[in-house]
Amino acid sequence: MNPDSLTYVLLDASLVNNLVLASFLGICPFLGVSAKNETAVPMGFAVIFVMLVAGVCSYAINQILIYFDAPYLRIIAYIAVIASAVQLVEMFIKWFSPTLFRALGIFLPLITTNCAIMGMALFATAREYNFMQTLTYAIGGGVGFTLALILMSGLREQLELADVPSFARGAALTLIIAGILSMAFMGFAGLGG
Amino acid sequence: MPKQDTFTPGEPPVLEADVFLKGLWRENPVFVSLLGMCPVLAVTNTVMNSLAMGLATTFVLFMSTSLISLLRSFIPKQVRIPVFIVIIATFVTIVEYSIQAISLELYENLGAFIALIVVNCLIMGRAEAFASKNPLPRAMLDALGMGAGFTFALFCLGAVREILGSGSFAGVDLFGPNFQPWAIMILPPGGFLVLGGWLLLFAWARERSDRKKAEAEAAAGD
Repeated sequence: MNPDSLTYVLLDASLVNNLVLASFLGICPFLGVSAKNETAVPMGFAVIFVMLVAGVCSYAINQILIYFDAPYLRIIAYIAVIASAVQLVEMFIKWFSPTLFRALGIFLPLITTNCAIMGMALFATAREYNFMQTLTYAIGGGVGFTLALILMSGLREQLELADVPSFARGAALTLIIAGILSMAFMGFAGLGG
Repeated sequence: MPKQDTFTPGEPPVLEADVFLKGLWRENPVFVSLLGMCPVLAVTNTVMNSLAMGLATTFVLFMSTSLISLLRSFIPKQVRIPVFIVIIATFVTIVEYSIQAISLELYENLGAFIALIVVNCLIMGRAEAFASKNPLPRAMLDALGMGAGFTFALFCLGAVREILGSGSFAGVDLFGPNFQPWAIMILPPGGFLVLGGWLLLFAWARERSDRKKAEAEAAAGD
Protein backbone atom coordinates (compact mmCIF):
# COMPACT_ATOMS: atom_id res chain seq x y z
CA MET A 1 0.00 0.00 0.00
CA ASN A 2 1.40 3.36 -1.04
CA PRO A 3 0.24 6.54 0.77
CA ASP A 4 0.78 8.95 -2.19
CA SER A 5 -2.20 11.17 -3.00
CA LEU A 6 -3.76 10.95 -6.47
CA THR A 7 -2.70 14.52 -7.35
CA TYR A 8 0.88 13.69 -6.47
CA VAL A 9 0.78 10.50 -8.57
CA LEU A 10 -0.60 12.42 -11.55
CA LEU A 11 1.97 15.24 -11.34
CA ASP A 12 4.79 12.80 -10.68
CA ALA A 13 3.99 10.68 -13.74
CA SER A 14 3.32 13.53 -16.17
CA LEU A 15 5.82 16.25 -15.19
CA VAL A 16 8.28 15.62 -12.34
CA ASN A 17 9.35 12.13 -13.41
CA ASN A 18 8.20 12.43 -17.02
CA LEU A 19 8.50 8.96 -18.51
CA VAL A 20 10.40 10.12 -21.59
CA LEU A 21 12.55 12.99 -20.38
CA ALA A 22 13.40 11.90 -16.82
CA SER A 23 13.02 8.11 -16.79
CA PHE A 24 14.18 7.41 -20.38
CA LEU A 25 11.23 5.24 -21.33
CA GLY A 26 9.80 5.14 -24.84
CA ILE A 27 12.77 6.82 -26.52
CA CYS A 28 12.39 4.91 -29.83
CA PRO A 29 8.91 6.27 -30.71
CA PHE A 30 9.94 9.62 -29.20
CA LEU A 31 12.75 9.93 -31.76
CA GLY A 32 10.88 8.13 -34.53
CA VAL A 33 7.46 9.80 -34.64
CA SER A 34 8.29 13.30 -33.41
CA ALA A 35 9.35 14.71 -36.79
CA LYS A 36 5.85 16.01 -37.64
CA ASN A 37 3.11 17.35 -35.41
CA GLU A 38 0.31 15.61 -37.30
CA THR A 39 1.67 12.13 -36.52
CA ALA A 40 2.86 13.02 -33.00
CA VAL A 41 -0.62 13.88 -31.71
CA PRO A 42 -2.49 10.67 -32.72
CA MET A 43 0.51 8.59 -31.63
CA GLY A 44 0.27 10.24 -28.22
CA PHE A 45 -3.42 9.41 -27.89
CA ALA A 46 -2.87 5.80 -29.00
CA VAL A 47 -0.22 5.47 -26.29
CA ILE A 48 -2.55 6.98 -23.65
CA PHE A 49 -5.19 4.39 -24.55
CA VAL A 50 -2.78 1.44 -24.48
CA MET A 51 -1.41 2.71 -21.16
CA LEU A 52 -4.89 2.77 -19.63
CA VAL A 53 -5.67 -0.78 -20.77
CA ALA A 54 -2.23 -2.01 -19.70
CA GLY A 55 -2.47 -0.25 -16.33
CA VAL A 56 -5.87 -1.75 -15.47
CA CYS A 57 -4.94 -5.24 -16.72
CA SER A 58 -1.51 -5.26 -15.06
CA TYR A 59 -3.13 -4.42 -11.73
CA ALA A 60 -5.57 -7.33 -12.08
CA ILE A 61 -2.84 -9.71 -13.27
CA ASN A 62 -0.58 -8.75 -10.40
CA GLN A 63 -3.33 -9.54 -7.86
CA ILE A 64 -3.88 -12.95 -9.51
CA LEU A 65 -0.14 -13.72 -9.61
CA ILE A 66 0.23 -12.76 -5.94
CA TYR A 67 -2.71 -15.08 -5.12
CA PHE A 68 -1.07 -17.99 -6.94
CA ASP A 69 2.37 -17.01 -5.60
CA ALA A 70 3.90 -16.91 -9.10
CA PRO A 71 5.61 -13.49 -9.51
CA TYR A 72 8.10 -14.97 -12.00
CA LEU A 73 5.33 -15.00 -14.61
CA ARG A 74 4.88 -11.23 -14.33
CA ILE A 75 7.01 -10.12 -17.30
CA ILE A 76 5.46 -12.64 -19.69
CA ALA A 77 1.89 -11.87 -18.56
CA TYR A 78 2.35 -8.09 -18.84
CA ILE A 79 3.86 -8.22 -22.31
CA ALA A 80 1.04 -10.48 -23.51
CA VAL A 81 -1.59 -7.98 -22.29
CA ILE A 82 0.23 -5.04 -23.88
CA ALA A 83 0.55 -6.88 -27.20
CA SER A 84 -3.19 -7.59 -27.23
CA ALA A 85 -4.08 -3.97 -26.39
CA VAL A 86 -1.85 -2.75 -29.21
CA GLN A 87 -3.56 -5.14 -31.63
CA LEU A 88 -6.90 -3.63 -30.57
CA VAL A 89 -5.70 -0.06 -31.14
CA GLU A 90 -4.25 -1.04 -34.51
CA MET A 91 -7.58 -2.51 -35.67
CA PHE A 92 -9.45 0.56 -34.41
CA ILE A 93 -7.16 3.08 -36.17
CA LYS A 94 -7.24 1.05 -39.40
CA TRP A 95 -11.06 1.16 -39.31
CA PHE A 96 -11.24 4.79 -38.15
CA SER A 97 -8.68 6.39 -40.50
CA PRO A 98 -6.67 4.40 -43.07
CA THR A 99 -4.65 7.55 -43.87
CA LEU A 100 -3.50 7.88 -40.29
CA PHE A 101 -2.79 4.13 -40.22
CA ARG A 102 -0.36 4.54 -43.13
CA ALA A 103 1.23 7.67 -41.64
CA LEU A 104 2.06 5.92 -38.35
CA GLY A 105 3.35 2.90 -40.27
CA ILE A 106 5.72 0.58 -38.44
CA PHE A 107 5.56 2.65 -35.25
CA LEU A 108 2.01 1.49 -34.49
CA PRO A 109 2.79 -2.23 -33.95
CA LEU A 110 6.02 -1.10 -32.27
CA ILE A 111 3.98 0.35 -29.39
CA THR A 112 4.23 -3.24 -28.09
CA THR A 113 7.95 -2.74 -27.56
CA ASN A 114 7.43 0.80 -26.25
CA CYS A 115 9.17 0.56 -22.91
CA ALA A 116 7.10 3.46 -21.56
CA ILE A 117 4.07 1.18 -21.29
CA MET A 118 5.90 -1.83 -19.86
CA GLY A 119 7.86 0.51 -17.57
CA MET A 120 4.69 2.20 -16.36
CA ALA A 121 3.15 -1.19 -15.48
CA LEU A 122 6.34 -2.36 -13.71
CA PHE A 123 6.80 0.92 -11.77
CA ALA A 124 3.16 0.86 -10.62
CA THR A 125 3.66 -2.71 -9.38
CA ALA A 126 6.96 -1.92 -7.67
CA ARG A 127 5.44 1.06 -5.83
CA GLU A 128 2.49 -1.08 -4.67
CA TYR A 129 -0.11 1.36 -6.00
CA ASN A 130 -3.76 0.50 -5.39
CA PHE A 131 -6.29 0.42 -8.25
CA MET A 132 -7.09 4.17 -8.34
CA GLN A 133 -3.41 5.09 -8.04
CA THR A 134 -2.48 2.73 -10.87
CA LEU A 135 -5.22 4.24 -13.07
CA THR A 136 -4.03 7.78 -12.29
CA TYR A 137 -0.41 6.78 -12.89
CA ALA A 138 -1.34 5.31 -16.28
CA ILE A 139 -3.18 8.48 -17.34
CA GLY A 140 -0.37 10.70 -16.04
CA GLY A 141 2.27 8.62 -17.82
CA GLY A 142 0.34 8.71 -21.10
CA VAL A 143 -0.22 12.47 -20.85
CA GLY A 144 3.46 13.01 -20.02
CA PHE A 145 4.52 10.96 -23.06
CA THR A 146 2.12 12.87 -25.33
CA LEU A 147 3.32 16.20 -23.92
CA ALA A 148 6.98 15.35 -24.58
CA LEU A 149 6.15 14.11 -28.09
CA ILE A 150 4.18 17.26 -29.01
CA LEU A 151 6.84 19.62 -27.59
CA MET A 152 9.53 17.76 -29.51
CA SER A 153 7.60 17.72 -32.79
CA GLY A 154 7.04 21.50 -32.51
CA LEU A 155 10.77 22.06 -32.00
CA ARG A 156 11.71 19.76 -34.86
CA GLU A 157 9.29 21.44 -37.28
CA GLN A 158 10.99 24.77 -36.51
CA LEU A 159 14.39 23.14 -36.86
CA GLU A 160 13.63 22.18 -40.48
CA LEU A 161 14.01 25.88 -41.33
CA ALA A 162 17.13 26.48 -39.27
CA ASP A 163 20.62 26.61 -40.74
CA VAL A 164 22.62 23.82 -39.06
CA PRO A 165 25.83 22.12 -40.26
CA SER A 166 25.00 19.14 -42.51
CA PHE A 167 26.65 16.55 -40.27
CA ALA A 168 24.59 17.65 -37.24
CA ARG A 169 21.25 17.08 -38.96
CA GLY A 170 19.15 14.13 -37.82
CA ALA A 171 19.58 12.01 -34.74
CA ALA A 172 22.50 13.87 -33.13
CA LEU A 173 20.76 17.25 -33.04
CA THR A 174 17.46 15.66 -31.95
CA LEU A 175 19.20 14.06 -28.97
CA ILE A 176 20.87 17.30 -27.93
CA ILE A 177 17.54 19.13 -28.11
CA ALA A 178 15.97 16.34 -26.04
CA GLY A 179 18.74 16.90 -23.49
CA ILE A 180 17.91 20.61 -23.25
CA LEU A 181 14.18 19.79 -22.98
CA SER A 182 15.01 17.32 -20.24
CA MET A 183 16.94 20.03 -18.37
CA ALA A 184 13.86 22.25 -18.58
CA PHE A 185 11.74 19.46 -17.09
CA MET A 186 14.17 19.23 -14.16
CA GLY A 187 12.66 22.54 -13.11
CA PHE A 188 9.54 20.62 -12.05
CA ALA A 189 11.49 18.73 -9.39
CA GLY A 190 9.82 19.02 -6.00
CA LEU A 191 6.45 19.98 -7.49
CA GLY A 192 3.46 18.27 -5.85
CA GLY A 193 5.69 16.85 -3.10
CA MET B 1 31.40 -21.07 -52.98
CA PRO B 2 27.93 -22.58 -53.60
CA LYS B 3 25.07 -20.22 -52.98
CA GLN B 4 23.20 -21.07 -49.79
CA ASP B 5 19.42 -20.83 -49.71
CA THR B 6 19.46 -19.13 -46.32
CA PHE B 7 20.61 -15.74 -47.57
CA THR B 8 17.89 -13.14 -47.73
CA PRO B 9 17.17 -12.15 -51.31
CA GLY B 10 18.88 -8.97 -52.49
CA GLU B 11 21.57 -9.20 -49.82
CA PRO B 12 25.02 -10.12 -51.15
CA PRO B 13 26.65 -13.15 -49.44
CA VAL B 14 28.95 -12.01 -46.64
CA LEU B 15 31.93 -13.63 -44.97
CA GLU B 16 31.42 -15.37 -41.63
CA ALA B 17 33.78 -12.98 -39.85
CA ASP B 18 31.82 -10.05 -41.22
CA VAL B 19 28.62 -11.36 -39.60
CA PHE B 20 30.35 -10.82 -36.27
CA LEU B 21 32.26 -7.63 -37.09
CA LYS B 22 29.41 -5.63 -38.63
CA GLY B 23 27.69 -5.39 -35.23
CA LEU B 24 30.76 -3.83 -33.65
CA TRP B 25 31.08 -0.85 -35.91
CA ARG B 26 29.43 -0.61 -39.33
CA GLU B 27 25.95 -1.56 -38.10
CA ASN B 28 26.49 -0.72 -34.45
CA PRO B 29 23.01 -1.05 -32.88
CA VAL B 30 23.32 2.16 -30.85
CA PHE B 31 25.48 4.56 -32.86
CA VAL B 32 24.20 3.63 -36.33
CA SER B 33 20.76 2.00 -36.05
CA LEU B 34 19.63 3.85 -32.88
CA LEU B 35 18.05 0.69 -31.44
CA GLY B 36 17.47 -0.07 -27.77
CA MET B 37 17.96 3.53 -26.71
CA CYS B 38 16.13 3.40 -23.37
CA PRO B 39 18.68 1.37 -21.38
CA VAL B 40 21.49 3.12 -23.29
CA LEU B 41 20.43 6.44 -21.80
CA ALA B 42 19.03 5.30 -18.48
CA VAL B 43 21.66 3.09 -16.84
CA THR B 44 24.89 4.58 -18.21
CA ASN B 45 25.61 6.89 -15.27
CA THR B 46 28.53 4.68 -14.13
CA VAL B 47 30.91 2.36 -15.98
CA MET B 48 29.94 -0.68 -13.87
CA ASN B 49 26.21 -0.27 -14.50
CA SER B 50 26.87 0.14 -18.24
CA LEU B 51 28.94 -3.03 -18.46
CA ALA B 52 26.46 -5.06 -16.40
CA MET B 53 23.58 -3.91 -18.58
CA GLY B 54 25.55 -4.63 -21.75
CA LEU B 55 26.41 -8.15 -20.62
CA ALA B 56 22.84 -8.89 -19.47
CA THR B 57 21.45 -7.72 -22.82
CA THR B 58 24.09 -9.71 -24.73
CA PHE B 59 23.14 -12.86 -22.80
CA VAL B 60 19.42 -12.46 -23.54
CA LEU B 61 20.17 -11.61 -27.18
CA PHE B 62 22.48 -14.61 -27.62
CA MET B 63 20.21 -17.16 -25.93
CA SER B 64 16.94 -16.02 -27.49
CA THR B 65 18.25 -15.59 -31.04
CA SER B 66 19.93 -19.02 -30.82
CA LEU B 67 16.68 -20.64 -29.73
CA ILE B 68 14.68 -18.76 -32.36
CA SER B 69 17.17 -19.78 -35.04
CA LEU B 70 16.86 -23.44 -33.96
CA LEU B 71 13.07 -23.30 -33.98
CA ARG B 72 12.75 -21.12 -37.07
CA SER B 73 11.24 -23.84 -39.28
CA PHE B 74 8.67 -24.85 -36.62
CA ILE B 75 7.31 -21.38 -35.80
CA PRO B 76 4.28 -20.50 -37.98
CA LYS B 77 4.82 -17.17 -39.73
CA GLN B 78 1.55 -15.62 -38.49
CA VAL B 79 2.28 -16.02 -34.77
CA ARG B 80 6.05 -15.50 -34.88
CA ILE B 81 6.05 -12.17 -33.01
CA PRO B 82 4.19 -13.50 -29.90
CA VAL B 83 6.43 -16.59 -29.95
CA PHE B 84 9.57 -14.40 -30.09
CA ILE B 85 8.28 -12.26 -27.22
CA VAL B 86 7.58 -15.27 -25.01
CA ILE B 87 11.07 -16.70 -25.70
CA ILE B 88 12.72 -13.34 -24.94
CA ALA B 89 10.61 -12.80 -21.80
CA THR B 90 11.66 -16.22 -20.47
CA PHE B 91 15.37 -15.40 -20.75
CA VAL B 92 14.83 -11.93 -19.28
CA THR B 93 13.17 -13.50 -16.25
CA ILE B 94 16.17 -15.82 -15.85
CA VAL B 95 18.59 -12.86 -16.06
CA GLU B 96 16.54 -10.80 -13.59
CA TYR B 97 16.57 -13.53 -10.93
CA SER B 98 20.27 -14.32 -11.58
CA ILE B 99 21.36 -10.69 -11.11
CA GLN B 100 19.29 -10.47 -7.94
CA ALA B 101 21.10 -13.58 -6.65
CA ILE B 102 24.60 -12.39 -7.68
CA SER B 103 24.53 -8.78 -6.50
CA LEU B 104 21.61 -7.08 -4.79
CA GLU B 105 23.33 -3.70 -5.11
CA LEU B 106 23.60 -4.03 -8.89
CA TYR B 107 19.99 -5.23 -9.03
CA GLU B 108 18.84 -2.09 -7.21
CA ASN B 109 21.00 0.21 -9.38
CA LEU B 110 19.60 -1.17 -12.64
CA GLY B 111 16.06 -1.30 -11.23
CA ALA B 112 13.22 -1.86 -13.66
CA PHE B 113 15.59 -1.71 -16.63
CA ILE B 114 16.54 -5.38 -16.26
CA ALA B 115 12.90 -6.39 -16.76
CA LEU B 116 12.70 -3.85 -19.58
CA ILE B 117 15.29 -5.79 -21.62
CA VAL B 118 12.19 -7.63 -22.84
CA VAL B 119 11.04 -4.55 -24.77
CA ASN B 120 14.53 -3.72 -26.09
CA CYS B 121 13.94 -3.28 -29.81
CA LEU B 122 17.50 -4.49 -30.55
CA ILE B 123 16.62 -8.06 -29.51
CA MET B 124 13.30 -8.14 -31.31
CA GLY B 125 14.94 -6.55 -34.35
CA ARG B 126 17.74 -9.15 -34.59
CA ALA B 127 15.26 -12.00 -33.97
CA GLU B 128 13.00 -10.82 -36.77
CA ALA B 129 15.61 -9.59 -39.24
CA PHE B 130 18.38 -12.18 -38.81
CA ALA B 131 17.81 -15.17 -36.50
CA SER B 132 14.49 -16.20 -38.06
CA LYS B 133 16.17 -16.47 -41.49
CA ASN B 134 19.64 -17.84 -40.73
CA PRO B 135 21.13 -21.11 -39.42
CA LEU B 136 22.31 -21.42 -35.83
CA PRO B 137 26.07 -20.64 -36.17
CA ARG B 138 25.43 -17.44 -38.13
CA ALA B 139 22.69 -16.35 -35.74
CA MET B 140 25.04 -16.93 -32.80
CA LEU B 141 27.84 -14.93 -34.43
CA ASP B 142 25.45 -12.11 -35.27
CA ALA B 143 24.10 -12.03 -31.70
CA LEU B 144 27.64 -11.94 -30.25
CA GLY B 145 28.65 -9.13 -32.61
CA MET B 146 25.56 -7.06 -31.94
CA GLY B 147 25.85 -7.70 -28.19
CA ALA B 148 29.50 -6.65 -28.22
CA GLY B 149 28.63 -3.52 -30.21
CA PHE B 150 25.85 -2.68 -27.76
CA THR B 151 28.14 -3.21 -24.74
CA PHE B 152 30.85 -1.09 -26.41
CA ALA B 153 28.38 1.77 -26.97
CA LEU B 154 27.12 1.56 -23.38
CA PHE B 155 30.75 1.63 -22.19
CA CYS B 156 31.51 4.75 -24.31
CA LEU B 157 28.59 6.59 -22.74
CA GLY B 158 29.15 5.30 -19.22
CA ALA B 159 32.84 6.24 -19.24
CA VAL B 160 32.25 9.83 -20.38
CA ARG B 161 29.33 10.34 -17.98
CA GLU B 162 31.12 8.91 -14.96
CA ILE B 163 34.39 10.78 -15.60
CA LEU B 164 32.63 14.13 -16.07
CA GLY B 165 29.80 13.63 -13.61
CA SER B 166 31.54 11.97 -10.66
CA GLY B 167 35.25 12.43 -11.46
CA SER B 168 35.88 8.69 -11.26
CA PHE B 169 36.26 5.67 -13.54
CA ALA B 170 34.63 2.37 -12.48
CA GLY B 171 34.57 3.68 -8.91
CA VAL B 172 38.26 4.75 -8.85
CA ASP B 173 38.71 8.45 -8.04
CA LEU B 174 40.63 10.20 -10.84
CA PHE B 175 41.03 13.88 -10.02
CA GLY B 176 41.41 14.10 -6.24
CA PRO B 177 39.23 16.03 -3.78
CA ASN B 178 39.36 19.40 -5.56
CA PHE B 179 37.42 18.20 -8.60
CA GLN B 180 34.11 19.96 -9.06
CA PRO B 181 31.78 17.29 -10.57
CA TRP B 182 29.68 18.26 -13.58
CA ALA B 183 26.55 16.90 -11.91
CA ILE B 184 24.26 17.32 -14.92
CA MET B 185 26.16 14.52 -16.66
CA ILE B 186 24.93 11.80 -14.30
CA LEU B 187 21.39 13.22 -14.31
CA PRO B 188 18.91 12.43 -17.12
CA PRO B 189 19.86 15.37 -19.45
CA GLY B 190 23.49 14.17 -19.42
CA GLY B 191 22.46 10.93 -21.13
CA PHE B 192 20.87 12.76 -24.04
CA LEU B 193 23.73 15.27 -24.33
CA VAL B 194 26.56 12.69 -24.24
CA LEU B 195 24.90 10.39 -26.79
CA GLY B 196 24.16 13.41 -28.99
CA GLY B 197 27.81 14.42 -28.65
CA TRP B 198 29.09 10.97 -29.69
CA LEU B 199 26.76 10.94 -32.70
CA LEU B 200 27.93 14.43 -33.70
CA LEU B 201 31.56 13.32 -33.46
CA PHE B 202 30.97 10.21 -35.61
CA ALA B 203 28.93 12.12 -38.20
CA TRP B 204 31.64 14.81 -38.39
CA ALA B 205 34.40 12.20 -38.81
CA ARG B 206 32.40 10.39 -41.51
CA GLU B 207 31.74 13.58 -43.45
CA ARG B 208 35.40 14.57 -43.18
CA SER B 209 36.64 11.21 -44.52
CA ASP B 210 34.05 11.30 -47.32
CA ARG B 211 35.25 14.76 -48.35
CA LYS B 212 38.90 13.70 -48.25
CA LYS B 213 38.07 10.68 -50.41
CA ALA B 214 36.20 12.85 -52.91
CA GLU B 215 39.11 15.33 -53.04
CA ALA B 216 41.60 12.50 -53.59
CA GLU B 217 39.47 11.13 -56.43
CA ALA B 218 39.19 14.57 -57.99
CA ALA B 219 42.99 15.02 -57.73
CA ALA B 220 43.58 11.58 -59.29
CA GLY B 221 41.25 12.50 -62.14
CA ASP B 222 43.23 15.66 -63.02
